[in-house]
Formats: sequence, structure tokens, C-alpha cells
Amino acid sequence: MQTTLKLTNVSYTYYTKDGETKALDLLSFSVKKGEFVAIVGPSGCGKSTLLNMIAGLLTPTTGQILLDNKPLSKFYEPIGYMLQKDQLLEWRTIYRNLTLGLEIQNRMTPENLHRIDELLKAYGLYEFRNAYPRQLSGGMRQRAALIRTLALSPQILLLDEPFSALDYQTRLHVSDDIGTIIKKQQMTAILVTHDLSEAISMADRVIILSRRPATIKKIVPIHLTISGKRTPAKARNAKEFPEYFQLIWEEINYDS
Amino acid sequence: MIHKTITSQEDYLRAEEHKKLKIRFYQVALFVILLATWELTSSLHIINPFIFSSPSRIIKCFCDMIVDKTLFLHIGVTLFETLTSFLLVILLSFFVAIFLWWNDTLSHVLEPYLVVFNSLPKSALAPILIVWLGNNMKTIIIAAISVAVFGSILNLYTGFCSVDPDKIKLIKTLKGTKLDCLKLVVIPSSIPLLLSIMKVNIGLSLVGVIIGEFLAARNGLGYLILYGSQVFKLDWVLMSIVLLCMMAMGLYSAINFAEKMYLRQF
Repeated sequence: MQTTLKLTNVSYTYYTKDGETKALDLLSFSVKKGEFVAIVGPSGCGKSTLLNMIAGLLTPTTGQILLDNKPLSKFYEPIGYMLQKDQLLEWRTIYRNLTLGLEIQNRMTPENLHRIDELLKAYGLYEFRNAYPRQLSGGMRQRAALIRTLALSPQILLLDEPFSALDYQTRLHVSDDIGTIIKKQQMTAILVTHDLSEAISMADRVIILSRRPATIKKIVPIHLTISGKRTPAKARNAKEFPEYFQLIWEEINYDS
Repeated sequence: MIHKTITSQEDYLRAEEHKKLKIRFYQVALFVILLATWELTSSLHIINPFIFSSPSRIIKCFCDMIVDKTLFLHIGVTLFETLTSFLLVILLSFFVAIFLWWNDTLSHVLEPYLVVFNSLPKSALAPILIVWLGNNMKTIIIAAISVAVFGSILNLYTGFCSVDPDKIKLIKTLKGTKLDCLKLVVIPSSIPLLLSIMKVNIGLSLVGVIIGEFLAARNGLGYLILYGSQVFKLDWVLMSIVLLCMMAMGLYSAINFAEKMYLRQF
């Protein structure tokens, strides 16, 4: 498998009037094609900053991010970003929310619109395409947000605690849905979360960050014995699950 | 009324309906009582009907002026001036607010000026406007604009700036430009605010037009009020005030209706 995303010695420093804050310190890791990587760490350690840099919204203070061996450009990259809340625009119908990215990038081609229809049908939102976001449940809204991201056919999906705004039940349900969708589409995904069980159940590898300025403390590959296809729900019941939880929990909480 | 225990949905709805009717009844009753008292005290000469007029005199005055057709001109002129200045205020504040949102430096430079002009009593400007622009409708419309425009610029600009930053981030993650942010998020999400600013502004435009007409007019309800008080035709004055009340209510309801229609679609 070839590497799609490669970070080398990436650091980020925030400058304000009160002084400078080093958020990330010399991070290096790479993500292979089709791999699902979760990033966990204490709150406020700069996980979201890291995603913002990979998405091209922030430029690293030092270091380099390569995508297929090329530096990130300011323009279109095949990177999709799912934010903490669904951020559906209340004044647009679901359908017009989903075409938002295509509209902005002038890619409203029949094929792309057809793809949206397919996704709507596949994820059970087709009947709701003319509804307004207010009329949908939290889980449905989150699925709509995923379709909006997938509509641009990204190769890498960035997820910034995409389930944190949902209640626990919905959260399990939606993370299972979305985890399955991502696996099925064989997408590369990077998930930032503070929910360790979510990280373990969805990811192939978990990257543990330290307190600010964040460095990589440990990278834990997740191998779970699961019969049949791996889904987040099945993963939670795998016998190795508690051990991983314990391992990562200790790694985050005990400063070496 | 003793509070009855509500045991069913129908009971609840009936109680709500009852409450609404009661309020409406008292509103109408108050109106009737006020009018009757006015009419009665005036016809019994407890108050001087020459100075205080009376509902019947106002109605008579209204009918006379309808018959000789002078009233249509006054109402028409005031309405035209109000609507013109209202539309100009909305357009002006909308575009200025967009410029300010777009250019951070510009907004910082202009902020103290806007704040000062907003708190300045605009009637103080009116005499200067006459000198500068002459004794005509232009002066009245500019005076009316000056009353409302600074406040709505500030309001709208503040609204533009308080748009959810995560929505802006969303547009940026979809590789949108600043223009996309404006078009797709900032303006559409500010439409409810714009509508509520319009509700305030229609009243302010009317205030501005009357101020203007006091100073520079030969027609209009403001002119009628001022002229009537000078020649002691208090019937004219009070009739004009009643008409202004109705005009204000009508214009406000029209925008209120538009707002309801807009908000109902979601």
C-alpha cells in the first residue's frame, strides 16, 4: 500500500497579543491509502489544529505536509472535512445543502448530481431531500453532512469529533453507520475524538498525542478478532477491546 | 376568574381562546371608552372643542377633505416620501454593511463616525439640510434617511459579524472564497435580522419624514400638522395624527406579514 498523506516535523504556533502558544511540536506520521486513523489526546492539545492544517485551512509554522508526495495546494484537494456539528444551512433544503460544495466548486455536472441522488438513496434520506434541516433528527442531519462531504468524491476524509453533538444512543448508531460507509467506500479517514471507545472501534491505528505542545506519545495499531466484516458495533464487543481501552487510557493520563 | 383544572386538550384550547378573547375585548373597550369620553367632554364643553377637537369633528374634517380632494395629496406625498426613504435606507445600509464586513480596516476606521452620527439627534441636522438642499422634497427624504440609516448600518454590520464562525469554516472547507461566504452564509443567515431592522426602520422613516415636512414642505401630513397648529385648525392637526397612526400601523403590518411569510417556509 502506498502512502497518501505524510507529515514531517509539523509544528504550529499561535501568535496573540499575550504571547505565543506552541500547539503542536514536531509531529511526523503518515497515513496509508484506505487506512482509518484516529487521533486522541487530552482536551485542548491541538487535535483540531492538526486537522485544520491537513485540510489546508492553516499553514504549518514549520514542517511539511505531503499528499501523494506533493505539497498541499491552496486550491482544490481531494480532502473532505466533517465538522463537529452538522452545520447544515437552515434556509436550504437538504438537497440544496448537499450540493453546496459542488456549487462552490462549479462542479454541478449531471454525474455529480446523480451521485448525490445515489448517496441519498443509499443512506435513507431520499424522501427527505426537499425537507429543511430542522425537520430531521440529529442522526439524519449528521448523515446528510456526511453526504455533503462525500459529494465531492474526496479521497481523504477528516472527521473532527463529528459525533460529539449527538446524544449517546444516536452517537453509537451514527458512528456505526458512518464507520461502515467509510469502510465500504475504502476511504482514507482521520478521526479526531476524545471518546476512546469510538477511536478503538473505528480505527486501524490510534495516534496518542501528549499535552500541549502536543507531540506523538504513541501509535497503537488496533487488531481485533472479529468474525465477518468489521463494523464499529462488532468492534466494541471484540475481546481485545478492553485491553486497548486500558492501554490508551493509561497512555493519555500518565505523564511519563 | 377562578383557575379551573385543565383536564383535556380541548379544555386547554378553550382556555387559551378565552384568554385571547378577553384581551381583545378589553383592547376594544378601552378604545371605545377613550373615544366616548373625548366626544362627550368635548360636546358638553368640559374641554374646549376648538383646542381639543373631538372624534366627530375629526371625521367631519376628514370627509370634507376627501370631498375637496386635498387630503389625497397630503397622504400621498407623505406615503411616497416615507416609502422612498425607507427603501433607500434599506439599500444603503445593506451595501454599506457589506463593505464594512468585507474590509476590516474600513470598518475600524468608520466605526467612531457611525457611532457619533447614530447618537446625534438628527432633527439638529434638518435646518442645515434646508440651507444646503433647499426647501423641497429632497431635503425631506435626506432628513428621513439620516434618522434611520446609521442605526441600521450598525445593526446589520453587527449581525453580519456575529454569523456562526463554524458556518464560515464550512464554506472554507468546501474551498469557498470570501465571496462565497458572503453569498451563501452571511447574507442568507442575516435575512431575519434584515426583516426586523425593516420593521424598526419603517417607523423611523415616518418620524424622519414628519421632521422634514415640519421644516420644508408645502404638502404632506407633517405640513398639515404644522400649518394647522399655526392657524389654529386643530381638527386638521388631530386628523393628521390619527392618519399617521393608521399609516404607521399599516406599514408595520405589511412588513410583519412579509416576515411571517418568510419565516414560515422553514
